[in-house]
Amino acid sequence: MSSLLKNSELISEKADSIVSETLNNCDDGELYIEDTKSETIVLDDNKIKSSNYTSDLGYGFRAVTGDTVAYSHSNEISEKSLKNSSENLKSTLKNNSGTYNSEIKKTNQKLYKDVDPIESKSMKSKIELLNNMNEYARSKDSSVKQVTASLLAEKKNIEIFRSGGELLSDNRPLVRINMSVMVEKNGRKETGVFGIGGRQDYDEYLKNDNWKKVCDEAFRIASTNIESKPSLAGEMKVVLGPGWPAILIHEAVGHGLEGDFNRKKTSAFHDLVGKKVASDGVTIIDDGTLDNRRGSLNIDDEGTPTERTVLIENGILKNFMQDRLNARLMNTKSTGNGRRESYKHVVMPRMRNTIMLGGSNTQEEMIKSVDKGIFAVSFGGGQVDITSGKFVFNCTEAYEIINGKIGSPIKGATLIGDGPSSLKEILMVGNDMMLDPGIGTCGKAGQGVPVGVGQPSLLINNMTVGGTQL
Amino acid sequence: MIKDQEYLKKIADICLSKSKKLGSSDANILVQSSVSENVNVRNKKLDGSERSENLGVVLTTYLGKKKSSIASSNLKEKNLDELVNRCIETMKITPEDEYNSLPDKDLHFKGLKDLDLYDETHLSNEDKINYIKEAEEEAFSNDKIINTNGSGFGENKSNFLLANSNGFADGYKTSQFTAYCEVVSKSNGSMERDYEYTSKRFYSDILKPKQLGSIAAEHAVKKLNPKKIKSEKISLIFDKRISKNFLSIFASAISSSAIAKGTTFLKDKLNQQVFNSEINILDHGNIRKANGSRYFDSEGIAVVNLDLIKNGILQDYLIDTYNGKKINRKSNGRASGTTNLYFQNGSKTFEDLVKSENKILYIKETIGHGTNIINGDYSVGASGMMIENGEFSYPVSEITIAGNLNNIFKNITLADDLEFNYATNSPTMMVEGMVVGGK
Repeated sequence: MSSLLKNSELISEKADSIVSETLNNCDDGELYIEDTKSETIVLDDNKIKSSNYTSDLGYGFRAVTGDTVAYSHSNEISEKSLKNSSENLKSTLKNNSGTYNSEIKKTNQKLYKDVDPIESKSMKSKIELLNNMNEYARSKDSSVKQVTASLLAEKKNIEIFRSGGELLSDNRPLVRINMSVMVEKNGRKETGVFGIGGRQDYDEYLKNDNWKKVCDEAFRIASTNIESKPSLAGEMKVVLGPGWPAILIHEAVGHGLEGDFNRKKTSAFHDLVGKKVASDGVTIIDDGTLDNRRGSLNIDDEGTPTERTVLIENGILKNFMQDRLNARLMNTKSTGNGRRESYKHVVMPRMRNTIMLGGSNTQEEMIKSVDKGIFAVSFGGGQVDITSGKFVFNCTEAYEIINGKIGSPIKGATLIGDGPSSLKEILMVGNDMMLDPGIGTCGKAGQGVPVGVGQPSLLINNMTVGGTQL
Repeated sequence: MIKDQEYLKKIADICLSKSKKLGSSDANILVQSSVSENVNVRNKKLDGSERSENLGVVLTTYLGKKKSSIASSNLKEKNLDELVNRCIETMKITPEDEYNSLPDKDLHFKGLKDLDLYDETHLSNEDKINYIKEAEEEAFSNDKIINTNGSGFGENKSNFLLANSNGFADGYKTSQFTAYCEVVSKSNGSMERDYEYTSKRFYSDILKPKQLGSIAAEHAVKKLNPKKIKSEKISLIFDKRISKNFLSIFASAISSSAIAKGTTFLKDKLNQQVFNSEINILDHGNIRKANGSRYFDSEGIAVVNLDLIKNGILQDYLIDTYNGKKINRKSNGRASGTTNLYFQNGSKTFEDLVKSENKILYIKETIGHGTNIINGDYSVGASGMMIENGEFSYPVSEITIAGNLNNIFKNITLADDLEFNYATNSPTMMVEGMVVGGK
């Protein structure tokens, strides 16, 4: 029985019959109902600047035949509205006809608890936490001139009605704790940003005064950057630190391995399955099944249980990430990567937790081997052009490497590379695999979804570093 | 159908009276209704169609200097009751902030609404599909175009009502027609994508489908078989679709929130030379039919025209009520950001710029988020064309461009080819002496 329809005008049985009747002659589709509550509290410039609570309830009704998708969504949950949507879908697909594929794997996967992180911590204690973070960060040094701290919590309950009366559901908590510190010294200003989070209650992330570590880290990055010098421009060797720098993997190869771009043959990787796309020893997976991680899901937004998908094994391209539509058109199975930002958005193949597995080298030997290069410890945003394969990202903490030793911090460097070739330039894979702290949001076609990344330290032979010094 | 003002007003009144009853001293509410219909085609065939109806409220309640907000798309009476209650309870325990308040009554918009921001035209899905198919067909008539990433047409209509407990209640309908075409070119093992995009309030103002398709194709073909160039200091010309980004960066650097917090490289630069003396930047909200035009901002404050940069000198900030109080300035109606922000035309022609030096790099696309408005550092990935002796010679990619905005702003030369295609618009722009990172 549906619990999201409990207090609505639309009764479960009626929804079932409209869904079945609409999707009868289609290849696939579903009614997706979502009830999301979210809360954001921001401390900025010494004040609680805003507390926003959002409650969003709506449905997205999708019918798919061949490679044509009809989608209609509304936040009016009623029989009348659903029937309107149904008419809309039918009129789009009136010239097509298909056979409904009712096969969908079952799961008892429970990767996170059905908790409500908004309600399980009082507003008073959340405000107190933000005030403590502010005071603690400002007390660290007189150079700290500005602090912004925020708490974000969300509870998203979803239900998927498939044709034939099947009902799938998932209840997803998510929290994020963010800290940004601005430091000013000798007329220079720099910021440091750090955050943590995942699919548990706030308190799980606050044990042992963990919030202080969040502040410490943001302050450390800002203080490092205040001493930074302009970056050199040109091609050089790059050592990447473990953890969050794996957004390089996400941008360089992850997006290019999503099923839609490959079905459409617009990805630089579309004809490379079975071929060598990375150095020996490079294995990359996309894993939706890690406990409590930001990118994990019990089922994806089409109802498929998530799995651990091997994308690249020992340098060879093995699999793409698939939703049901692209899997069907490419004669394969969904890998549980069908995701959407909300009921207002159509499903697309999206990453979950994208991870490069560990190797045998130490970070020390990587740095020792570099005569001239950079050591990139943390990044801001990244972006990729799927078709040409070119990707960039911006270093938020990086150092020069000179004659095998770490030198001065460098500021604002951009790294640019070519997806299909950069993984072949990996010279060493570290033994220090680490997951990111739980802060990633991936954007694609205007939709943002929470994701995770992970990797060991890496030595890359040759990347272009953008800077102002020649 | 989008809801009418009467319907929106009813919801606004319910929320305002509920919050008053529960003990708020002031309140502000936004009720929005929108309907958007989009179709996508790929390889000249229908790929998808999407219809979305949205209705939602955003309520902010005040108790003296305390404040809290809620937003919801679930407008059932029972749910609204719960939410307003929650908003009030949260508000009561939120610490006071001396700058919290409703906006100054005297600045409320009271004028005529005569800017033509709504076009009733409704295209059937069939018509939308035909428009965008024609665009793709035109793109495919170029034999180097082998695929599409998808092209789409969207029609969006919306209506809103903004009201507060100081008696402000106003709203209006707007429309937006948008089409894009993104195609893939291939030649000698090189594959590139590029696009053209058009978005206007009136259907009759958007590009014709054949133009859309042929421009997209031309862009994608020109990028084929790019070279990487050596790292060097060189003058850059920014295509119009990129040069406007510098205006957006400028706008975020002069927002009163950044100024009040000191988190911008343009703090304390009022009445100082920020650009060279040839440069004028305007933000005018009252241009008929224009994408960025509006009567009032998200606080109900009338939008006044601003000359932000005059002869290179910074004249004003973008100010809302809250941050305005922090810096002792009245709001100038910019709580929702800029309106129609643009560089006034320069005195050079496009040809003048292209021929001004022997070797210039023309930038058509940038990727990445490499702008730091706190210190003005700018570093992004880029692609474009090399110009040698006044002629476009070969495409360039996988390079970075970097500099500091303090210097970049002072080294801008503008062409005289300004068009109002977006809300933020710039003529073609040349910047001397930026550093390119390449081989």
